Amino acid sequence: MEPIRRQGALVPLRRPEEPSAPLSDPRLSDVDEWGRSEHIRELARRLYDPIYRHWFRAEWEDLEKIPTEGGALLVANHAGAIPSDAPAIMHGIETELSRPVYGMADHMFKGMPVVGTLWSRAGGVAAHPENAYRLLREQGQLALVFPEGTKGPGKTYSERYQLRRFGRGGFVEIAMRAGVPIVPIAVVGAEESMPTLFKVPGLARMLGVPYVPITANMLMFGPLGLLAYFPAKFRFRVLDPVRFDVPPDQERYSKSRIMDAAEDIRVDLQETLYDMLRQRRSVWF
Amino acid sequence: MGKRVLITGLGSFWGGRMAQTLEADRDVDHIIGLDVEGPKVPLERTEYVRADQSYSILARIVKATQIDTIVHTFLVVDSTHMSGRQLHETNVIGTMNLLAAAGAAESSVRHIIVKSSSLVYGSSMQDPAWFRETMQRTAPPVSRVERSLVEVESYLRDFAVDNPHVTVTLLRFANVLGTDIVTPISKALETGVAPAILGFDPLMQFVEEDDVIRSLHFAFDRQLQGVYNVAGDGRIPWSEVAHICGVRLVPMLPPVLTGLTAGVLSSLGLTDLPPELLDLLRYGRGIDNRKLKAAGFRYRWTSAGAIESFAQARRLRRSVGASRPAYTYERDVENFFRRSAAVVRRPAET
Repeated sequence: MEPIRRQGALVPLRRPEEPSAPLSDPRLSDVDEWGRSEHIRELARRLYDPIYRHWFRAEWEDLEKIPTEGGALLVANHAGAIPSDAPAIMHGIETELSRPVYGMADHMFKGMPVVGTLWSRAGGVAAHPENAYRLLREQGQLALVFPEGTKGPGKTYSERYQLRRFGRGGFVEIAMRAGVPIVPIAVVGAEESMPTLFKVPGLARMLGVPYVPITANMLMFGPLGLLAYFPAKFRFRVLDPVRFDVPPDQERYSKSRIMDAAEDIRVDLQETLYDMLRQRRSVWF
Repeated sequence: MGKRVLITGLGSFWGGRMAQTLEADRDVDHIIGLDVEGPKVPLERTEYVRADQSYSILARIVKATQIDTIVHTFLVVDSTHMSGRQLHETNVIGTMNLLAAAGAAESSVRHIIVKSSSLVYGSSMQDPAWFRETMQRTAPPVSRVERSLVEVESYLRDFAVDNPHVTVTLLRFANVLGTDIVTPISKALETGVAPAILGFDPLMQFVEEDDVIRSLHFAFDRQLQGVYNVAGDGRIPWSEVAHICGVRLVPMLPPVLTGLTAGVLSSLGLTDLPPELLDLLRYGRGIDNRKLKAAGFRYRWTSAGAIESFAQARRLRRSVGASRPAYTYERDVENFFRRSAAVVRRPAET
């Protein structure tokens, strides 16, 4: 039997550029594209673990609501003159769920010598919407944001547990674009770990920083108070994940929808905080 | 009919390399190279035309030779060996003349490829980890080389709008490292000292010099339209760059008054770090290379691979010196075979 002959003109085939063998990538460190090093993170966890367990005695409620795989945007209330909540949340989730958390914070960190580099190696990422999108949508990671921004830790002790405005709802828009849920986390204890008694706005303007706090820790320990937290008892409660019924990757989302969702999350978080405070018998235990 | 290509900056590293690559391309009939100085690499069929810095004769050349493609490799991205005025003349005025010639009535030019730089994205505190082609820089350009490149790109955008029949390719390259290219970064590493700003360890991205040429040729071959980032995969901390190269990281620059200190060090002849490099050593930069990959380009080097390529070439140079006599020997022999009347030529070989 004769083989079937193909008919038609010959079209010159475009030669594939190169065989796509894996490229040699002679890396000498484990620093990833965000600047995070698992090695340094591990070291940080080992150093921080006693503080987490024995100083703050952190306790979680409903931790199982945090997804064990896929991207999710964690949002929490932010407090303490030098916020003690971010490292505690990152540490808690990484040790309990053994998956990395990227802590998103103001660009300001990137400009600080030594601190900025350490922060980045320990899992900090500048809070740029594009960074959040890439982490959440393309890499399916957990990203932690504080929608209050610097207004949260910048409040004085008399305003404790009063949530500030949630920015312009940018975090909701990112979650919509990335197609990931928002998981709110209420934190109790950070406020009392380093309470701001009053602020020095003139000095803040001079230094070009959002606020310069005078904390109770400073009055008690002097300059050491910059590092020494009070041993307030830390409690975290994870709220139900908020999923958005919108398609991801849209050019824009309804602004009113975003603002409503952001406000709903803020109200939920605020109510949860009040509930946790109602049940709290002591700041320290 | 084959392509008729004009290359700017034939005397420069990239112009020479590009001409060599196009000479090997059978689809290219004629290659004309412009520059103020002659080519430094051996070329066979490229014709060299001496031009002034701003290419004022370009319109006449295009008209006379019916060029269809211009490869504009001669945008200066290293400000350390050129005065501000020269840089402006070359980058801005040169490109203006080039575009004027290409856009003239009845111009034969159908494709323009421009070799730009990721310097147009700058390097600042507010930057995202990765820049995509559509994203804007977050801080206004401060250094003259960045200003000139931003200006050049804006002319190019206008040109593309005004001349929809011309394919315009704009390639933005990350910092280049490789076996031969000399940049402020490679010069610093070559001395065995990687200058750093105290307290900063930025993430850097590199592209290997062969991937630069291959991507330019790829853009030429595939008639790519639009803006493309060209960079190796991955971002590498500056300390690791030094480690791969086997050089010492020296935080010689303080985090404040960095520019001033760099100025003093440079006047003492210790380092030569332009302002745009100081920003990079503080904040780093990443450009997203996926658009070019999606167009079909296959990189041969990652960022770390490009560093390794440089490191190996540096080790070789340290052992045998910068000159490689074997190459000139081969070239002389080749020239002899090609040109000597003593060589018996058979008809089949011509």
